[in-house]
Amino acid sequence: MTAVRIPPVLRQQAGNQKKVEVTGSTVGEALESLLGTYPGLREQIFTADGSLNRFVNVYVNGRDVRYEQELATPVGGSDEVILLPAMAGGR
Amino acid sequence: MTKTYRDLLAEARARVREVTTTEAELAAGDGATIIDCREDSEWEQGHVRGARHLSKSYIEQDIESLVPDRETPVVVYCAGGIRSLFAAETLVDMGYSDVASMSGGFQAWKSEGRAWDQPRVLSPEQKSRYSRHLLIPEVGTEGQARLLDSKVLFIGAGGLGSPGMLYMAAAGVGTIGIVDFDVVDASNLQRQIVHRTDRVGMRKVESAQMTINALNPDVDVVIHETMLGPDNVGELIAGYDLIFDGTDTFETRYVLNDAAVRARIPVVHASVFRFEGQLTVFKPFEGPCYRCLYPTPPPPELAPGCSVAGVLGVVPGVMGLLQATEGLKVLLDIGDPLVGRLLIYDALDGAFSELQLRRDPGCPACGDGVLPEASADDGVFTLPTTPATATGVNA
Repeated sequence: MTAVRIPPVLRQQAGNQKKVEVTGSTVGEALESLLGTYPGLREQIFTADGSLNRFVNVYVNGRDVRYEQELATPVGGSDEVILLPAMAGGR
Repeated sequence: MTKTYRDLLAEARARVREVTTTEAELAAGDGATIIDCREDSEWEQGHVRGARHLSKSYIEQDIESLVPDRETPVVVYCAGGIRSLFAAETLVDMGYSDVASMSGGFQAWKSEGRAWDQPRVLSPEQKSRYSRHLLIPEVGTEGQARLLDSKVLFIGAGGLGSPGMLYMAAAGVGTIGIVDFDVVDASNLQRQIVHRTDRVGMRKVESAQMTINALNPDVDVVIHETMLGPDNVGELIAGYDLIFDGTDTFETRYVLNDAAVRARIPVVHASVFRFEGQLTVFKPFEGPCYRCLYPTPPPPELAPGCSVAGVLGVVPGVMGLLQATEGLKVLLDIGDPLVGRLLIYDALDGAFSELQLRRDPGCPACGDGVLPEASADDGVFTLPTTPATATGVNA
């Protein structure tokens, strides 16, 4: 099963989980599987027309899917999907 | 058998090739390592351009780190050509295969009008203060002098800036600029260690300046009590070698990014949230910039700052010190700075992880359409620094 790592800023909408096991053979399916369990995350990840928000980066095994096949990037097995939203805190 | 000085000198002459200053100059041009084996005080008065300093009394100990390959051609010199014969003989004993001693030494070199330099000299107080730096070959006197001549700018004297500026000051970075418009609040003291309880209500720039001056009088602190914005950013960052981004709003981060890319000043970037921190180095046109990483800022309700979400006080401490570490690497041009790599620290897991960042060819700030040669004041950038409305979220 693919695991999605939930960043701290999104954990509240993900049942305070750090890692969530998901199904699906592409990044898009994996994220839909995640949102099936935690629908509160949707507006953080997707725009209204269903593409990825530009302030959230999605990595598969450390590689940015923007430079792979976006939501069609294949996942499976022990792959790890990382969500990386921008954080501003510094003070 | 008793040996006199003359015996020893004759033996050394028999075993070591002597070259003229002209031959030494040619050898240097061909890639030979030129070693000045005189004492520190003589080196400080001036040395052959490009020479490395390795005092005769340390030659056995340090030559292998300075010249690891024993086939490397080496020319040793001293003041007049005697000490260098004995030093060179030691190198022959150690198996260096191409060693010469320069006849006439530095006196002849200088009187013939050949190129020489006077190294930056540290005061006795500085030699003592920075002695642990001077012992590291990657820093040394040259690196320390470079730090003393460096100018860095901290945007924000807060959680990230506090530890960063303290350590940059301790390291002897000569000029530290600080931009902050705020005053010290009691709630800052849990992590903003450059400030003090009796300074609550004082301007942060002033409080930071007091602490730094007390820590290291070598440092010139330049304070800018203002909020960084599109109108003053160019003026604020001009002339600095490096910027530490320790702000806590997206707007400031984008304004700073765009101006730093234009001015080609590297930015050491960090951000924190509760138990986690992110860190990277944005080196304009060599790696990605902040806009390559996040093309647009999130709407405010999706990205709360520390004042809303809270932060474990040590986390900005850890990240601020990692920023300082990266900053020193960039200034000294050593190691492998976090250019194109995002380091993530998870304090609860006690784990670091790393993601590869890519420069976006379509980036409006540093992408292929933007020339690195573009003038710093051509005003071509009018990029969004506030959340886009097309994110599908009620902004």
